[in-house]
Amino acid sequence: MSTVVDPLSAEAAPARGSGPSIVRKLLVNGGVRFGGVILVLLLLIALAAPGLGTLDPAFLDPTYRNKLPLETHPILNDDGEEVIVTHWMGTDTLGRDLYSRVIYGTRVSLIVGFSVALLAVGIGLTIGLVSGYIRWLDAVVMRVMDGLMAIPGILLALGLVALWGAGLLTVILAIAVPEIPRVVRLVRSVVLSVREEPYVEAAISVGTPTPLILYRHILPNTIAPLIVQATYTCASAILVEAILSFLGVGIPTDIPTWGNIMAEGRLLFRVYPHAILFPGIFLALAVLAVNTLGDGLRDTLDPRFAKRGEG
Amino acid sequence: MNAPAPVLDIRGLTISLPAGADRDNAVEDIDLQVHPKEIVCVVGESGSGKSVTAHAVMGLLPKGELQPTAGAIHLAGKALLEKTPAELRELRGARMSMIFQEPFTALNPVVRVGQQIEEVLTIHTDMSASARRTRVLAVMDDVRLPEPEQMIDAFPHQLSGGQRQRIMIAAALALEPALLIADEPTTALDVTTQAQILALIKDIQASHDTGVLFITHDFGVVAEIADRVIVMQNGRVVEAGAASRVLTTPEHPYTQMLIASVPSLIPKVRDGETHHQMVLATRDLAKTYKSSGLFQKTREVQAASNVNISLQRGETLGIVGESGSGKSTVARCIVRLITPTSGAIMIHDQDIAPLRASKLQDYRQKVQIVFQDPYRSLNPRRTVGLSIVEGPMNFGLDQATAWTRARELMSLVGLDPNALDRLPHQFSGGQRQRICIARALAMQPEILIADEAVSALDVSVQAQVLKLLDQIREQFNLAMLFITHDLRVAAQVCDRIVVMHRGEVVEQGSASTVFSSPAHAYTKALFEAAPGREWSQRLHS
Repeated sequence: MSTVVDPLSAEAAPARGSGPSIVRKLLVNGGVRFGGVILVLLLLIALAAPGLGTLDPAFLDPTYRNKLPLETHPILNDDGEEVIVTHWMGTDTLGRDLYSRVIYGTRVSLIVGFSVALLAVGIGLTIGLVSGYIRWLDAVVMRVMDGLMAIPGILLALGLVALWGAGLLTVILAIAVPEIPRVVRLVRSVVLSVREEPYVEAAISVGTPTPLILYRHILPNTIAPLIVQATYTCASAILVEAILSFLGVGIPTDIPTWGNIMAEGRLLFRVYPHAILFPGIFLALAVLAVNTLGDGLRDTLDPRFAKRGEG
Repeated sequence: MNAPAPVLDIRGLTISLPAGADRDNAVEDIDLQVHPKEIVCVVGESGSGKSVTAHAVMGLLPKGELQPTAGAIHLAGKALLEKTPAELRELRGARMSMIFQEPFTALNPVVRVGQQIEEVLTIHTDMSASARRTRVLAVMDDVRLPEPEQMIDAFPHQLSGGQRQRIMIAAALALEPALLIADEPTTALDVTTQAQILALIKDIQASHDTGVLFITHDFGVVAEIADRVIVMQNGRVVEAGAASRVLTTPEHPYTQMLIASVPSLIPKVRDGETHHQMVLATRDLAKTYKSSGLFQKTREVQAASNVNISLQRGETLGIVGESGSGKSTVARCIVRLITPTSGAIMIHDQDIAPLRASKLQDYRQKVQIVFQDPYRSLNPRRTVGLSIVEGPMNFGLDQATAWTRARELMSLVGLDPNALDRLPHQFSGGQRQRICIARALAMQPEILIADEAVSALDVSVQAQVLKLLDQIREQFNLAMLFITHDLRVAAQVCDRIVVMHRGEVVEQGSASTVFSSPAHAYTKALFEAAPGREWSQRLHS
């Protein structure tokens, strides 16, 4: 019997320039760096809020209302001693320290942003995988998704909050639901193209059960676009939470959030613009950071935007 | 002898590759001349630098990545490498033009074909609109497009692949260029269409005094049209000479190897020991694709109908046909990747056509398939070892045994067993196809289906993989269903041949009978069209 001459060394494909690792590529991307740094800073601020020279954000002092930024005034601390505090961002109409409220508000915004992103991606991924792979289900699921997409996101969220009552959890759910169809569409489109790949057909023909095919061969293809989608969802969730709170239907007013602070500052905004300015700056910065991070991730992860490297 | 000045004169051309590539230069020290009225074929396998040479002439090399570092290219006396981009633009289309491999992507889908031909005239001449139209109609007539008056306003999707390639040629010839570069112009076409396009190119260059630089990997095509042949390997010219000489008495070992690898059209005499154990039979197998929607009319496409084939242990049955003949549909029905609309698929004594997905599991083990595209049939994210053990482990084989089997199979298909933990991109196309074969064999199937399994491979690699397939068929006494559009390949590996045309079987019989005395008109036409027939017969007689 003749032996087949094809040792690996003879015809070995040269290690194709796989290039720098994905982490290295991410780190040189300007958007990822800028967005990442600001986001990490905000995260640290949220975690270390009590240690950043803040007062109790709910502590109100009726004698020191509507003070301008940098004004100082003495208060009694827990031990009954008098200490001088500086109101870096002034005080609001109830005499609460704005700096403390904005810093604590970071917590709520980030919690809402991250949870909504996780929730929407998690649910959307499951629905998208199943609907893209199982044909008869697809028509039904996608019509429901079309229906959801036909209602403006904020309106839907408003309705859901009205239905479930205001609270952190319900706000998160109400913001996540309108985001789900977008994720479903994205995942489904990836599934529809990958399911036709010969390696998926090969897996079918060696008897791999459908759930395993979805997990092993199809799911990994959705990760990169999903990471990108998750950042956009996160940014939009932070914004929508602020809008809902501003409209007075979001997180209850006793919890400081950027939206709540701005809603309360709205009445005297012409006289004391600082009450809206500072939470506004934080909100804009957070959304900008998440979005630039998303753009950077997309440029490096999404093959459609990847620079063509073959020669 | 007083030879006319060449239209294209390439001397000592070297083009460097960017740092980190597998070799320093894409092409090195190339000498090449094309004279008027001459067809020069550049032949080579993938990566030989033949397309890079063509793109260098047109000035279409990707900026910054590929850079000519030495040598000169002269087009009718003009030094092309010294021209500015604007001057090159003047020459392109007017003095030299190019036709590409894919007629489907080379035309703009949203512009009428007449306008796409006319564009060349608008840019390079100051002809009036009516004169341009007359000229467009004339060139369309030249490339023998039927009813140019109507076709001039058609969109590319309304034309067939062959017609689109004719449009490309018409556009390339509109200004009677001195040089026509054809980069694998018939590779994406069916054999019968290919024969027509080759005849057309030959006719046209003769009547227009055009010099043609024809790039191809197919020696059959070379035999059909070339006046002179240039053989390239790894960026160097290894042999050049008159076609009649190179094709019959190649001097360089590489050329000899390439020509020897071209499968002959004369069927191999095979030992007729079949075991008369029927493993597969289809009865009136049919597949109809229906597309219907809420707001559309229902459309039906009959991909296959009335297919009756049978397969015995130890034999290879070839299904031959052009694109759209339904040969792949039949294969996919048999593997049950799709459900047939009607008919029966008998595996031993069981009809598997009506079985539901959950009932198919036992049977999956018996039938395995190897696909065409080696680059897409392995999951790029999983090591080849994981791909090979996936099947057996689905059927409850324990991990240790599965991996031992995978190592044995790697040796069997001629690869290093220690390479199991590598990813697919670390292998060449031929090696990947071997891995796919190993994956199929890991299931210990009775029937192996090869769906165009060697079509994407270079001819020398193709010969090796064909040999491997034949060897494992013998060793495991497999029944093999070999689906191909390539008559040469079919002649070499098949015991029996089924010819399909438009979803129906038009002829079947033993390979030697079908090849020596085809009965059906379509089969005859198909064999007529096979490029390099006469050369092949002379070579192997």
